[in-house]
Amino acid sequence: MRLNMKLAQRAGIIAFALWLPLSAIAGEAVPIAEDPVLEQRMIALSEDLRCLVCQNESLAGSRSELAQDLRQEIRDQLRTGKSNDQVIEYLTDRYGDFVLYKPPLKPLTWLLWFGPFVLLVGAGGGFFLYLKRRGERIAGESLSEEEKKRVEALLGNNGNKS
Amino acid sequence: MKRFLIPLGIFIVLVIFLGIGLKLNPREVPSPLIGKPAPDFKLALLSDPSRQMSPADLRGKVWLFNVWASWCGSCRQEHDLLLGLARQGIVPIYGMDYKDQPGDARAVLTRFGNPYVETVIDPDGRTGMNYGVYGVPETYLIDKTGIIRYKHTGPLTQEILDKKILPLAKELQQ
Repeated sequence: MRLNMKLAQRAGIIAFALWLPLSAIAGEAVPIAEDPVLEQRMIALSEDLRCLVCQNESLAGSRSELAQDLRQEIRDQLRTGKSNDQVIEYLTDRYGDFVLYKPPLKPLTWLLWFGPFVLLVGAGGGFFLYLKRRGERIAGESLSEEEKKRVEALLGNNGNKS
Repeated sequence: MKRFLIPLGIFIVLVIFLGIGLKLNPREVPSPLIGKPAPDFKLALLSDPSRQMSPADLRGKVWLFNVWASWCGSCRQEHDLLLGLARQGIVPIYGMDYKDQPGDARAVLTRFGNPYVETVIDPDGRTGMNYGVYGVPETYLIDKTGIIRYKHTGPLTQEILDKKILPLAKELQQ
């Protein structure tokens, strides 16, 4: 009887010890918001938005007070049934395109979006032209008499061996 | 000779661009609100919370709208400048106490002087959000028809007042 109790006690302690680290993980993963779906939408949306206070952080990751306020605002707006685009419009109306990590496509940002491709095509085209001209120049060059003899001598030696 | 000139040219252009990049201030985010009507609000006054003020009350006036808070250290930096500006009387300054305790804000004004004609209270920062406030102090110049004409983020300096804000304010007053 006493043995059983000791065993049960031990089992209990072991179970508690095993549960302890798990409880810490679970504690962190529980979302504070009452609506996990909405919270997910808010996080997905704010990951692509810049926090204006600490500009290298996303709105989702920042602990600044403004970021917290804006996350709450996004949450509230999503709860009232606004679409992601409407929320983004709300933010860009106030803070400008700067809040978007992915800037919109418009004449002002054409250079940003297409510049690298233009550069790639330009550089590729230039390189191709250079290679072509170089090939033509080399093919067009003829050998002098002396060079021809040396080439024949070298090639001839090779040929004799085989 | 020519084969060195091209890389040298590219290098110089690169250095110029990097140099410009170093001089730019990433804190100065262009506000999309410039040229747009100042967002409306109806907020209680710091001097008398039973009274309210809205931008519509200031129609016909060119005014500065300065967002500040008692907890904001750099607001203290521009405080003397604002006091001087208020004494000159060129353009009236209205304040907004952003996410603050009204008692603390009143204490700051009593201790350091009050440059504001009136200060409105924005305790939860919602009006600030409408104005795109992200770092106090911020200052807006608003014209007679209630359009935002200029915005400055961060503490004001004499240079910005003399070169940008005051000339623009005088122009708008005519």
